Amino acid sequence: MTVGTAVSTVLDRDGLDALITLLAEDGRTVIGPTVRDQAIVLAEIGSGADLPYGWGVELEAGHYRLRSRADGAAFAHSAGPQSWKTYLHPQRERQWTADLTADGDMEVREETSPPPSYAFIGVRPCDLRAIAIQDRVLGGGPHADTRYAARRRQAFVVAVECTEPGATCFCVSMGTGPAVGPGYDLALTEVVDGRGHRFLARVGSPEGEAVLARLPHVPADEETAGTARRLVEEAAARMGRTMPEVDLRELMRETLDAERWNDVTARCLTCGNCTMACPTCFCTTVEDVTDLTGEHAERWRRWESCFDVDFTHLSSGPVRASPLSRYRQWLTHKVGTWHDQFDSTGCVGCGRCIVWCPVGIDITEEAHALDAERAAASGDGEVER
Amino acid sequence: MGDEERENGRRPRLAVWKFASCDGCQLTLLDCEDELLALSGKVEVAFFHEAVTAPDEGMYDLSLVDGSITTPADAERVQHVRAVSRRLVTLGACATAGGIQALRNYADVAEFRAAVYASDAYIDTLATSTPISAHVPVDFELRGCPIDRGQLLEVITAYLAGRTPDTPAHSVCFECKRRGTPCIVVARGIPCLGPVTHAGCGALCPAYGRGCYGCFGPSNSTKFPAFIPLLRRDGMNTLDVVRALRTFNTAAPEFDAASRKEELG
Ligand code: SF4
Ligand code: SF4
Ligand code: SF4
Ligand code: SF4
Repeated sequence: MTVGTAVSTVLDRDGLDALITLLAEDGRTVIGPTVRDQAIVLAEIGSGADLPYGWGVELEAGHYRLRSRADGAAFAHSAGPQSWKTYLHPQRERQWTADLTADGDMEVREETSPPPSYAFIGVRPCDLRAIAIQDRVLGGGPHADTRYAARRRQAFVVAVECTEPGATCFCVSMGTGPAVGPGYDLALTEVVDGRGHRFLARVGSPEGEAVLARLPHVPADEETAGTARRLVEEAAARMGRTMPEVDLRELMRETLDAERWNDVTARCLTCGNCTMACPTCFCTTVEDVTDLTGEHAERWRRWESCFDVDFTHLSSGPVRASPLSRYRQWLTHKVGTWHDQFDSTGCVGCGRCIVWCPVGIDITEEAHALDAERAAASGDGEVER
Repeated sequence: MGDEERENGRRPRLAVWKFASCDGCQLTLLDCEDELLALSGKVEVAFFHEAVTAPDEGMYDLSLVDGSITTPADAERVQHVRAVSRRLVTLGACATAGGIQALRNYADVAEFRAAVYASDAYIDTLATSTPISAHVPVDFELRGCPIDRGQLLEVITAYLAGRTPDTPAHSVCFECKRRGTPCIVVARGIPCLGPVTHAGCGALCPAYGRGCYGCFGPSNSTKFPAFIPLLRRDGMNTLDVVRALRTFNTAAPEFDAASRKEELG
């Protein structure tokens, strides 16, 4: 078998189970989709039995419901309430501890607890791209987050191509799916048909190759490979949402004073759910903790969001005091200024912010509306809605 | 810690005061079992009816105040508390927003009094329940019904270290997402006050499938005109909405204004 080529193999359900068990036996914390609290969440899984076989989801803006599936598929559900940043960029993490020494000095120790060695099962193509975006933000540059980088380096990634996009998905618009891009160790495509339930597996790294070699598998037959390809192609044609086909960065820059911002702000709760659910949002704040002795201090970092008034708190007050300025910061950062900062878009089209917004605000609808308003202002009434 | 205490090396004197409340918030202090020993080494608990019997005398460096003002006598006593306190911190929804007893603000107290007591000759009560800040300047307000134990320790340790307590004022949704709870509004259609409620509880209720009750009062960015239609979508009628806003923080200005507006229709 050659790495990164089209050479592929097929696993059955037992093979997938064996993969999970093997990764766990190798000392990895295996994280995958599983059903909890009436949703498909990410959690530690012990075997294939924990996967959401037979569960799908019904998605709309501000709406998520579990639905049972007759075909018994494990991965025919789109992005859930969490993303892989839950593990790679945890919501709260200690940075350092400091203690007062006997001679009155302060001894500061950076956090050195060994990062967990994860295996991620079922990373969607959009989420694989989201991880790459966070790599660029957190793992690169002169201020690389070494703990993020260590977790990332050790993570074994099993991607799963999308064969069942949700009504809120628009990865095609963002160029991130439904076929898998680079960055995986193994990539699977789930096929359920008259010939059975199986997973076309491809190798993306030497480590992936070594792991696959230890599993019961058969070379891919042409029919399975062909069906898998067709399912992914068909998924591309079934996207629930699109972004306007314009330069989004330019659109954001040219509509900063649009009336539409007032419209969306009137509906927005400023609750912050969209940023917390977004797989690329990376913002944090620090919290300094002291104990009662006064001799021990710790610095922790926790997720923060541009929807929090205190996010931009300066001595003169918050920079973005108005809800409008905060909603606009979120959308213009995601698809606009992210390019200036990190040379790519900050949106992968997963649709989480649309689903998990309690009032169902839809960034694709907002972008289309901004585009329409810009077109109307420039005298060109013809806009694609 | 204030400069004065640091200089003369004495432990700061702590007082705990009670006004109209259930006592739950001040008892949270006794609930800090693991930390009590360390705490008593750092502060002198100089006045605390629930724990020590020393008489009230002298100045206190840190006063923790529980309860709201509901009687003329308490309105006077809180002036004394302020006068003898270098730093005054309110504990919980009663002291910070008037508590659930502020429901009287929407009714006729004389009528209640006549209905409840056989003889009301000895009842001397105000027509309203008001927060401590309506009577005296307050240095810090800790939210919650009841307060969170961890946040109380944070307020005390921050005081001892001379720093600002870290008690985020954003919505409960932040904590809910950080906890990894699938939103119950989105996934189950259950009404939840999380989007307008101040964080602090760690998003406890949604984690157990219950909508947030608003125990920590309004967040620093409430959007009621956008939020109330969501409660209605999930099955609440006007009475339900008014009741949801009129619980422990009924007199918090944002909740109060929103519930009055609903009532007017
Ligand atoms: S902005 Fe929305 S659709 Fe885009 S990556 Fe974030 S959560 Fe997904
Ligand atoms: S959208 Fe807001 S929370 Fe997300 S990365 Fe940008 S500034 Fe941070
Ligand atoms: S867009 Fe939706 S999820 Fe985001 S802050 Fe506004 S109401 Fe909350
Ligand atoms: S369950 Fe309630 S607190 Fe949690 S995210 Fe949803 S609305 Fe916010």
